[in-house]
Amino acid sequence: MVEIRLHGRAGQGMVTGAELIALAAFYEGKYSQAFPFFGSEKRGPPVMAFCRVSEEPITVHEEISEPDIVVVADSSILDAVDVTAGLKEEGILIINSKKTPSELGFKVKNVYTINASDIALKHFKKLILNTVMLGAFCKVTKLVSLESIKKAIKEKLSEKLPEKVVEANLNAIQEIYDLMEASK
Amino acid sequence: MIIPHAKPGTSISNKTGEWKAFRPIIDESKCIKCGICQRMCPEGIMGKKGEVPKIDYNYCKGCSICVNVCPVKAITMERVEKE
Amino acid sequence: MIKTREGSRVVADMAAQCKLDVVSCYPITPTSHVAEELNRHYSNGKFPEYITIEAEFSALSSLIGASATGARTFTTTGGQGLLYMHEPLGSASGMRLPIVMLVGNRAISSPLNIWNDEQDTVSQRDLGWIQIYCKNNQEAVDAIPQAFYIAEKMLIPVMVCMDGFLLTHAVEQVDIIDEKKVHAFLPEYNYPLKLDPKNPVSLGVYANPTHYQTFREDLVKDMEKSKEVILEAGEKWEKISGRSYGLINGYKLEDAERVLVSLGSIIDNINIVVDELREKGEKVGSLHIRSYRPFPDEEIKKALTGKKVGVLDKAISIGAQAPLYLDVFESLGKTNTEISSFYGGLGGRGIKLKHIKELFEKLKGNSVKEWIVSEPPTKDMHEVKK
Repeated sequence: MVEIRLHGRAGQGMVTGAELIALAAFYEGKYSQAFPFFGSEKRGPPVMAFCRVSEEPITVHEEISEPDIVVVADSSILDAVDVTAGLKEEGILIINSKKTPSELGFKVKNVYTINASDIALKHFKKLILNTVMLGAFCKVTKLVSLESIKKAIKEKLSEKLPEKVVEANLNAIQEIYDLMEASK
Repeated sequence: MIIPHAKPGTSISNKTGEWKAFRPIIDESKCIKCGICQRMCPEGIMGKKGEVPKIDYNYCKGCSICVNVCPVKAITMERVEKE
Repeated sequence: MIKTREGSRVVADMAAQCKLDVVSCYPITPTSHVAEELNRHYSNGKFPEYITIEAEFSALSSLIGASATGARTFTTTGGQGLLYMHEPLGSASGMRLPIVMLVGNRAISSPLNIWNDEQDTVSQRDLGWIQIYCKNNQEAVDAIPQAFYIAEKMLIPVMVCMDGFLLTHAVEQVDIIDEKKVHAFLPEYNYPLKLDPKNPVSLGVYANPTHYQTFREDLVKDMEKSKEVILEAGEKWEKISGRSYGLINGYKLEDAERVLVSLGSIIDNINIVVDELREKGEKVGSLHIRSYRPFPDEEIKKALTGKKVGVLDKAISIGAQAPLYLDVFESLGKTNTEISSFYGGLGGRGIKLKHIKELFEKLKGNSVKEWIVSEPPTKDMHEVKK
């Protein structure tokens, strides 16, 4: 079982991001579970979302304290939140930042950075960061394929968003995926 | 015996300024000191009427109500660069 | 059809498949998404009437009126919302109205807390509602049609309980049986004394000392009889879904020497620990109590006699022993079984797998009654500054 923790600010779509990973895994015949950090629902403060992906049915219902992968959508929370807490030693940290891993100075083995915000603003004019971060997530971790995530985006986002917004998300994720370096 | 309660001032330690991704910047040359933004600010952290507002960014949540109510459009939102 | 979707939303989708007539909800965390989805179903014409009200008290009160006219009714709430329904809870059961309610288990104030424990529904256990506790989202979704079946056959309202946040907000694979099969499963609802100008009758009437108790005795007797109907509904549902449901559900129980007992989703976490300890040769098992009211005392006696039992309560009875513990204790009364009471996990202070391991360890010794050692989730993350 792979356990993932996603960090962001409320309103940036990370809770949906976790759900998109869960959907993508389901399309690939895996079992999955996604849930938010449970708290008052308001825009602005740092939030977390969690996701589990497994070849076996997932029966546990518990917060994830030792993730294998951490995704940080908004580096402006780094002063307030210890995003590496509990991250396994061989774990992967993917972070939206203009800086390089060494500049960020995390004592983590596998750090990947990507300037996702500019791409998000280009496609959405708002800091909707879930799909762009998932592009990076797919490329680096290969836990789910880009095709599966795109299918999940189409299914999930079409519920409430107009077609051209869904299109923008698909374009944004492709752009990030192409830009992102593959894993080491 | 403990009673659940919160005294005034306890939320001072909760720096809600951490929440924002965009923050308001005031163009002092345009500001007419009308005091509307100061009255409308939900956090009450824009300083005293009659002066150009001094925003306390420790608590400004970036809601941008001030931007919307300013009659002379003296306030703009800019991204918080925390890196 | 298997969907990957948030638990509370699938429950709402299933409810909308049950040929509802009247829905009235006041949204509250953790079931606001149920109310949201029901509203969406209503605007898509899935059921004819949605009564908007200003609070939970009125939600249940409107449904009492609606149900009395022969309408199939549904609502949802949790925590303080359920407490705010307390007054009409008694009317609903006393009037023998088969209302079905989905409760997202949440802590009760004060202090104010939106996270999960079972204090809300457990504190309302004496009022004559059937209470079904679901251990995962699949059970919650399957429980809704069964709840209508049971409620309408016994004319006793049913609370379907699912842990707030842990289940309500978890997106995972759930199989939602399609509408045609649900319709085939559910009989037509026909309240025998429904309010009808052609046959006028007053319901919820006054009863003086001569008569009042007769009604209570009747409700007590029927609550006991509803055990058979719960089993009947479970068997019928198994034919449709392949999943069986009863009053209790044992896991690796037969040769278990030490057993933990609980109501809600914690049982699946307990089962993960059971598997781990079994690998090491420890004879442990668990028992999930699905039907809390009516309480399956005979079944529990059969399942647990002679074992070392630990009852896990996510609720307390302030001033006396923990509620589930007391009921289990009573069932095992004359059997000389060692029973421990572990209570805690309140207000979302999660009970992790490592804490459950410690509980099984404690069962090796003499019986104890104590708070469960646990910790709040991710407490430190937002307080740590570099």
